Amino acid sequence: MIENRSLVIIGSGPAGLAAAVRARKSGIDDVLLLEREDQLGGILKQCIHTGFGVKIFKEELTGPEFASRYIRKVKELGIDYRLDTMVISMDEGKNITAVNPRDGLVVYKAECVILAMGCRERARGALRIPGTNPSGIFTAGTAQKFVNIEGMKPGKTALILGSGDIGLIMARRLALEGMKVKAVCEIMPYPGGLERNIIQCLEDFDIPLRLSHTVVRIHGGHRLEGVTIARVDELLKPVPGTEEYVKCDMLLLSVGLIPENELSREAGIIIDPVTGGAIVNQNLETSVEGIFACGNVLHVHDLVDYVAIEAERAAKSAVEKIKGKGKDPKKRIQITAGNGIRYTVPQIIDYYDENEKIKIYFRSSDKLDESRVTVTCKGKNIYTKKYKRLIPAEMEYIKITASDIKGRKVIIEAEKR
Amino acid sequence: MKKEMICIRCPKGCRMNVEYENEKIIRVTGNGCKKGEAYAFDEIVKPMRIVTSTVRVVGGRLPVVPVKTSIPVRRSIIFPVMQEIYKASVKAPIKEGQVLIKNPADCGADVVATLGMEKTGTKDD
Amino acid sequence: MKKQYDIAIIGAGVVGALIARRLSFYDVSICLLERHIDAAMGASGANSGIVHAGYDAEPGSLKARFNILGTGMMPGLCRQMGVPYKNTGSLVVAFDEDDEARIDDLYKNGIAENIEGLEIISGEKAREMEPALNPGITKALFASTAGVVSPYKLNIAAVENAVANGVDFIRETNVEGINGARGGFIIQTSRGNINAGTIINCAGIYADDIAAMAGDGFFHLTPRKGEYLLMDRSEGGLVERVIFQPPSDKGKGVLVMTTVDGNLLIGPDANVADSKEDIETHADSLDYVYRTALRSCGGLKLGKVITSFAGLRATPDTGDFIIGESIKVPGFFNAAGIESPGLSSAPAIAEHMAGLISESLGGLVEKKEYSKGKGNHDFFRDMTLEEKEKAIRENPDYGQVVCRCENVTKAEIIESIKGPAGARTVDGVKRRTRAGMGRCQGGFCLPAVIDILAGELGISKEDVMKGDPGSYIFAGRTRE
Repeated sequence: MIENRSLVIIGSGPAGLAAAVRARKSGIDDVLLLEREDQLGGILKQCIHTGFGVKIFKEELTGPEFASRYIRKVKELGIDYRLDTMVISMDEGKNITAVNPRDGLVVYKAECVILAMGCRERARGALRIPGTNPSGIFTAGTAQKFVNIEGMKPGKTALILGSGDIGLIMARRLALEGMKVKAVCEIMPYPGGLERNIIQCLEDFDIPLRLSHTVVRIHGGHRLEGVTIARVDELLKPVPGTEEYVKCDMLLLSVGLIPENELSREAGIIIDPVTGGAIVNQNLETSVEGIFACGNVLHVHDLVDYVAIEAERAAKSAVEKIKGKGKDPKKRIQITAGNGIRYTVPQIIDYYDENEKIKIYFRSSDKLDESRVTVTCKGKNIYTKKYKRLIPAEMEYIKITASDIKGRKVIIEAEKR
Repeated sequence: MKKEMICIRCPKGCRMNVEYENEKIIRVTGNGCKKGEAYAFDEIVKPMRIVTSTVRVVGGRLPVVPVKTSIPVRRSIIFPVMQEIYKASVKAPIKEGQVLIKNPADCGADVVATLGMEKTGTKDD
Repeated sequence: MKKQYDIAIIGAGVVGALIARRLSFYDVSICLLERHIDAAMGASGANSGIVHAGYDAEPGSLKARFNILGTGMMPGLCRQMGVPYKNTGSLVVAFDEDDEARIDDLYKNGIAENIEGLEIISGEKAREMEPALNPGITKALFASTAGVVSPYKLNIAAVENAVANGVDFIRETNVEGINGARGGFIIQTSRGNINAGTIINCAGIYADDIAAMAGDGFFHLTPRKGEYLLMDRSEGGLVERVIFQPPSDKGKGVLVMTTVDGNLLIGPDANVADSKEDIETHADSLDYVYRTALRSCGGLKLGKVITSFAGLRATPDTGDFIIGESIKVPGFFNAAGIESPGLSSAPAIAEHMAGLISESLGGLVEKKEYSKGKGNHDFFRDMTLEEKEKAIRENPDYGQVVCRCENVTKAEIIESIKGPAGARTVDGVKRRTRAGMGRCQGGFCLPAVIDILAGELGISKEDVMKGDPGSYIFAGRTRE
C-alpha cells in the first residue's frame, strides 16, 4: 500500500508530539505521526519525576503530564497517528516503509519528514567492562521502565555507573522503592547530570557519588553478585591498587545516550560524528532536502522543554517548505567547534537574510569556571559572551546576527577569562 | 556547622558556603544574589520536595499508575509518605489529577495520579 | 520423561545435537541430556562460527579428516535445516618471511590432504580481494572452501530436528554418575536415574569427567579460553572473507571476519582458563585481541564494539579428537576433545558416529518417516517487501516489531518459544531470533521479550530467567 503525505513525523516522544501539534496548527492537515510503541509519549511515559514544562507551561510537570498536554492537543486537532508502527526503512526520496499489525506494510511518500526517533542508551558491551555475563546488568532507562511502568524490581541492591540524569533519577527511584543503592560511580572528575539531581536524588538519600571511579570487573555466575570498582587517573585508566569490591545484585548503566540514526543513515543523511545526530542548518534541515531533525535524535538534550522548542522550529521550517516558502540561501557558512567547545547545533548556517538572528546551541568540552565564549570569522571577533561557569552537562546558546558573518566559516571557542 | 552547596535557583549555579547552627543560618558566602540566601535557608531549615512514585492499580492497563504529591512536602517525611503509597491500591479507571491518597502522613499534600488509566483491555484514547 | 532409552547422548552442544539428529533418522529411542536450560550454552554458543578449509590440522589426524569431510557437508546440511551459512573463503595473511614459511607449510598440509581451492597469493592480490587489509601484508594463503555459519543456530536447529523426529531433549539435567555396562547403563542424574543401552559422551569441556564416571578416564581436557569482541553490523562487510593470522602454538591466532549475521567479529586469544566454568573476559585479553587484529586491518573501530564474550576450547592431552567406542567400557562412545576445528567437523563426526552406533547395535533401520530439517527459514528482516506484506496479512504478529535493532517480530519470538525444543529463557529467544543481539543489546526489547516469554510459558515475570536457573531478572514487584 502506498500513501501520500505532506509531512510524516517519525517518533511520538516530546519532539514528535510538539512538531506534530505545531505543523497541524500551521495548516498542514495531513500530518502523520508514527509511533512504534502502543502509546504516544515516548520516553516521557516512564519519566514519572517532575522537572518538565517549566519553560513551556511555566509549571513543573511530570513526564506523563507533560506528554498528556500534547497528546490532548494531538487528539483535539485530529492529528493522524499510528501506534505499534515500526519504520523499517527510509530512502532519500522520503519514502518511508512502515509495518504494524493492522495496516500491514505501508509505504508513505512524504513531501517532508521530521526525524524525532530519540536515542538509545549505551550498553555494557560498548564499555567493554570485563568479567562474567550474569543477569542483573541493565541500562538505567530499561530499569526505569521496569520500576515505573511495570512495577517490577530489577534487583535488591544496586551500583549505578554513570552520573547522567537518568542514573541519578533512578538512584532516587530505587531508594524510594525500598532497594539499596550502594553508590553512583562517575568516571569523570565531575558529575554528568544536573546539579539539582545530585542534590535531590543522591544527597537527599545519602547515596555516595564516587567521582573518577569506574567499574572494572563484573562478578557472579547466573546473577550479578558484585562489581569491582576502581579509581581512574587523568587519562581515565584504572589505577592499580585502588580496587574495591562492592556487593550488589544489580548494575545500572547510565553511560551515555546515542541518537538513533540508523534510518537517517539509510536515507543518506550526513551524521555529525560528535553529536551522533544529523548535521543541520539553523532551520534544522538535514543534508537531505525536506528531512528535518529535532530532539534527542539530533543531539542529546538535558531538558525536555528544549526538545519541544527545537521540535517546533523543525515543524515551522517543514511547514514553510511544504507551503513553498522555502528560499535558496545566498551562501552556506560552516560553524567549527573550536577549543573548549564539544559541538554546536546547527553546524551550518544558511545565509538568507542579513537581519536574521541565529541561535547556536553548544556544549563546552570541559568544565570552565569564569569563562568566555567567542565567535570569530576571518580572524575577527564578531561575538563575545561571558559565563560564570560552563559545564558539558548543561547546554548553552548564543545568538549571532547573520550580517556579522562576512566569510563562509565561523569558529566558536570557549576559554577561561 | 558548615556546608558547601550549589544554588540551583538559576542556571548560574553559585557555589556557596553556608554556616549554620540548629536550623539557624549564620552566614552565607559565595552567593551571587539574594536568591542564594533564600535557597540556603530552604535547603537547611526546611527542605521541601515533590515526591513521585507509583500506586498499585487493580484492573488497569498497567499494574501501577504514576503519582506525585500535589505540592512539595517536607523532605524529612518522604519515607512516611512512601509508606502510605506502598499500601495504597486503586481501581481503574483513573483520571489524571485524581486524588488517590488524601494527606498521607499528615504531609499537607495529597497524592494524585499523573496519568489517566482505563480498565484492562481498553485503549486510553 | 521416560526412563529407558536405547541411546543416551550426554551434552546438547553442536556435536551431541548433530549426532542426535542423525540417529533420529533411525528407529531407536534416544534421549539428549543437557545440564543447561538450553542447547548451545557452552563452546557451541561462543566461538567464531567458521567453517575451516581444513589445512591446519596435521595430515592424517582425525581433526584433518573430519574437518575436510564436515566442511564439505556443511552447505547441504545448513540448507536442509534452514541455518544461515555462507561460503566466504578465507585468507591467512603473512607479515614477514617467517609467516610466509608458515603459510607455505599450511598450503603443503592442504595439498597433502587434497583440499581444493588453495592458493598462495601476493600481498597486492590479497588487498585487491580485501581492501581493508594492511599494506604490511606480504603474502596470503587463500582457501576458497572456507565459510561462516551461525554456530548456535546450527546447534539449536539440530536439536529441534532431532526432537521433531522423536528424540527426548531433557534439559537442566546434570549427569552425576554412570553404572552398569553395555546394554544396561544406569545414568544417575540430578533428576533421577535414566537407563540406556548405549551412551554417547558429547559433554564438551566435561567429557573427560563423564568418561571417568563411566570407568574409562584415559584422557584429560584443559579448558583454554578465547575472548572475542563483536562489533556493530555497521562494521560488517569491512572484510568479506575470514582473515586469519598465521597459527602459532597458541592456536589459529586472532581473526577478523564478518559473521553470517553481518556483525564484525575479532578474536580469539588463547589462555588456559581458571576452571571449566570460567568464561570471564579480561581487559588485557580484549586489548590484546584488538591490538592483534589491528595488524590485519587498521580500520577496526573500538567504539563500534557492542559486546565481548569468551568461550572455552576443550583441549585434549591426546593431541587429537577422541572419537569412538571405549575399549574398557564397550557401549560407551566418546566424541570428546572436540576443540577447533570442531564446528566444521561436527557434521562428519555425527555421520561417522551414527555409523559406529548402527554397527554396534547390529544395524539400525531408518524410520518410515522422518525430517531432515525444516528447510529454508526466512527471518522477517531478510524478507522482501512483498513477503513481509504477505507475512503480516497471514499473521498480524509479524507486523509487531519487538527488537528494533535486528527487526525481530513478535511472531518470530512466539515461534521460537513454541517450536520443538523451544526457548525457555531470554537468551534462548536471543539465540533463536537475534532479539537483543543488536547494537542496543536488548535495552529496548528486553521488557517485551520477558512479557512474551511469561505469556507463552504460562509463568509469572519473576520466573523468567536470562539463562540457567538463578539468572532471574526481577527480584519481585514494587507493590506486592
